Amino acid sequence: MADLQLSGVSKSYGTRKVLDSLDLTIKSGECFTLLGPSGSGKTVILRLIAGFETPDEGTVSIGGTVVADAKRALPPEERRIGVVFQDYAVWPHKTVFENIAYPLEIAKTSKEKISENVKKAIDQVGLKGLANRYPYQLSGGQQQRVALARALVTTPTVMLLDEPLTNLDANLREEMRFEIKELQRKTGTTIFYVTHDQEVALAISDRLAVMDESGRIRQTGTPDEVYEHPVDEFVHQFLGIPNYIPFEIRDGAAHISAGQDDATDLPITEAPPAAFRGSSGKAACRPMDIQMERGTEGAGMLPAKVLRLSLLGPIVDYLLEVGRIQLRAQMQTEEALARGMIIEEGCECGIRFTDLRWFDAKGEAVR
Amino acid sequence: MTFGKKFNTANLVLVFSILVLVIVVAVPVILIFITAFFENGKFNLAGVMKVLSDPDTYQALLNSVIIATGTTLLSTTIGTFFAWLVARTDLPFKKTMKALFLVPFMLPSFIGALAWKVLLSSRAGYINKLLMAMFGLENAPIDIMSLGGIIAIESMYLFPFVFLQVAGALERMDPTLEESARISGAGLGTITRRITLPLVMPSILAGALLVALYSLSHFGVPSILGTEKGIYNIPTKIYERIYASGGSFGAIRVGTILSMILVIAAALILKLQDVLLKKGQYQIIAGKSMRPMVLKLRGLKVPLLIISIIYICITVVLPTVTIFLVGGLKTYGLTFELKNMTWNNYLKIFQWKMTKDAIWNSIYLSLGAAFVTMLAGTMISYVIVKMKVRGKFLLQFLGVLPFSLPGTVIALGVILTWSGKFGVNLYNTPWIIFVAYIARYMAFSIKSNSASLSQVSDSLEEASRACGATHWQSLKNIVIPLIKPGMISAFFLIFLPALRELTTSVLLYGPTTRTIGVAIYALNEDGETVRAAALASIALIIIFVGETIIRKFLARLDQPRAKVQE
Repeated sequence: MADLQLSGVSKSYGTRKVLDSLDLTIKSGECFTLLGPSGSGKTVILRLIAGFETPDEGTVSIGGTVVADAKRALPPEERRIGVVFQDYAVWPHKTVFENIAYPLEIAKTSKEKISENVKKAIDQVGLKGLANRYPYQLSGGQQQRVALARALVTTPTVMLLDEPLTNLDANLREEMRFEIKELQRKTGTTIFYVTHDQEVALAISDRLAVMDESGRIRQTGTPDEVYEHPVDEFVHQFLGIPNYIPFEIRDGAAHISAGQDDATDLPITEAPPAAFRGSSGKAACRPMDIQMERGTEGAGMLPAKVLRLSLLGPIVDYLLEVGRIQLRAQMQTEEALARGMIIEEGCECGIRFTDLRWFDAKGEAVR
Repeated sequence: MTFGKKFNTANLVLVFSILVLVIVVAVPVILIFITAFFENGKFNLAGVMKVLSDPDTYQALLNSVIIATGTTLLSTTIGTFFAWLVARTDLPFKKTMKALFLVPFMLPSFIGALAWKVLLSSRAGYINKLLMAMFGLENAPIDIMSLGGIIAIESMYLFPFVFLQVAGALERMDPTLEESARISGAGLGTITRRITLPLVMPSILAGALLVALYSLSHFGVPSILGTEKGIYNIPTKIYERIYASGGSFGAIRVGTILSMILVIAAALILKLQDVLLKKGQYQIIAGKSMRPMVLKLRGLKVPLLIISIIYICITVVLPTVTIFLVGGLKTYGLTFELKNMTWNNYLKIFQWKMTKDAIWNSIYLSLGAAFVTMLAGTMISYVIVKMKVRGKFLLQFLGVLPFSLPGTVIALGVILTWSGKFGVNLYNTPWIIFVAYIARYMAFSIKSNSASLSQVSDSLEEASRACGATHWQSLKNIVIPLIKPGMISAFFLIFLPALRELTTSVLLYGPTTRTIGVAIYALNEDGETVRAAALASIALIIIFVGETIIRKFLARLDQPRAKVQE
């Protein structure tokens, strides 16, 4: 088992600084996801750990040993890590068996041991019976499993996965993501997973880090923490459909306010936390955190107009107008049907916020 | 903790690549420049002007321009016409005809020239004699040993350059471009003039420029048809000066100055071609194969087919048959009757030391050069395509530079570099030809290898490193098996032209180091026409068998990896 640690790592390509003194620690045996928009430099971090890139400044260490600093770097083959690439990188001139056997052959493992371990790995990823196929005879999902098995076969202490599910279709993606999690539970390998897909990140991680476009890590934590308590607007916005409700503090209470000339009077029942300073900010919630009623009366109810209603299978999605702001709300289709909430577009209804997060004028969370 | 050593495989490959290109390409080119422009260590432009205004060299320059212009115009006309016939009409047996139009590529042009000299020289040409007897003429009606003759013969063997470019463009052109013109009410004539022609114009010009580039620095045809009558172009003039002076430095200096003209012209032509092809790509949908609009020839179908077949017979069959027949004559000048024929000439080719040596030299020099150039080209391409190093643009430049250097120029550069100037004297040894071949064909190897390397995704190699393989192991186990088809085709792209090479070898050969091309040339010069033809026949057989085997072999390589299924 091995910790992964990046400290003070900077990396530039030409004049573009991709990483600026970045610190990151991944604990031994955990499944850690690095979540960020494309171009945020998350793949660069993976490549730094793998040894395909070297840091301009700072150090990279695996299991307490420094493997790269600004001057020297251990070549990738001496780092004992498994890597799964976004484009699978399955060798077209080798069969499934030969692909998976390769790392063992390089390690000069005996013939019997190779065939035993490869068989085990093939079973593990569910490719039984395909050992003698060539990659062009496999589907994308199967090629991805070959890549996974190849990375697993030497039971590395660290596995790096670079968007391995992006090229798969939705069903396969879901299936594979559980399989990866399952494999990690069984083997106890440390997994470093890079993706821009927040669903995967929330589903498989023990901990995750959210990166922004400039290569800065905004928040690190468990999926619960990050989802429930985003540190700022960026993280909140990146983890799901966001609703933002701009407000002003008037007479000690928060009122929805779309700007200076907004004369509507829509008080928010929930009060900002005691730590909140300043006279304005944004409250935020997910579409599921907006409760809807047919009527507009009732304690804390705000009047809203339904601008658009779409039935998305298991859920109903509403676009609402409250005062001068627009919000997205969602409800289980069954519940909506039972409560008669299939409302015609243009009609009025009442809403209530059930779970608000508060951000100050700078976009930082206040708790 | 074992950190990576400073001097690893990557650095080794890099250093080797730079070394090869500097020694084989950069030094000879620089020496040509220095020799041309500097005399006794001083820049001397007046000397250059003096050489160029000398009536003798000036005439050679003029001839080169006349031959290149004539050949370009004639082969562009022929090439475009046949390309249109094959790509855009309902000519019968189109596929076969298309393959046949490419056969002239296989026939070395100097062997073609030799055959035509036998048929149409004013003194003893068989056809001339026939015509004179038939019509009771006193003088030979056609003299092939003239500027016009050189242009005609060069065009015969160079037109496929245009044919290939234009046929390709016509086939790839999006038919909807023409269809929409037709829907708008344009007739076929208007469509051809206003839509089709402008769209394929870049391809026609690109093919024409390739012909011009080739013709300008072509040695074979002018040397066989021109030298005897005192008609020289730049390459044959360079050869004549050096040969006449026994390789004196003064003659070599004149050669380098004339070479500079060739280099500059070639550079301009290639630049122009680059611009044109870029424009062409923009206009034509590349790669997609579509069903183009086809013109119905109706009554012209058969006559045009017959014209095409006659053309192929005249350019390919007639010269080949002539060469084989002349090679079997007891004495040159006799008629082609059975009683005048013998197998002896052919057998003697394998007994006589000069020709035996020539065949052997050509084979091992081309095999060796092809092998070394393939390997070096692979390494250099690897650096260019895969490695992140500063200054690799220099490698790229040096690698493709020989492509624009005519064979004569490469020979001069090699002479200047390897005649003891740097302590190594390869003159009169086969090694000097070997080095020249490497320089001449390096660009082929780099082009072929770069193309296949850029199709190997970086992650394939990185995956191997992550599996614990060293850089060298990853190259050996992953990269090389994947680019093997590209490497093999590079090998043959070098081996086949090297086997019949004349232009470079003719300046470099020594008493025992003649190649096939040189031996044919020398035998012809000495008036040993029968022996020259016999050797040429054997060369044709070797080339034809070689091409056929290789084509089959490459076709098998190109097939997908399906065969490993069983």
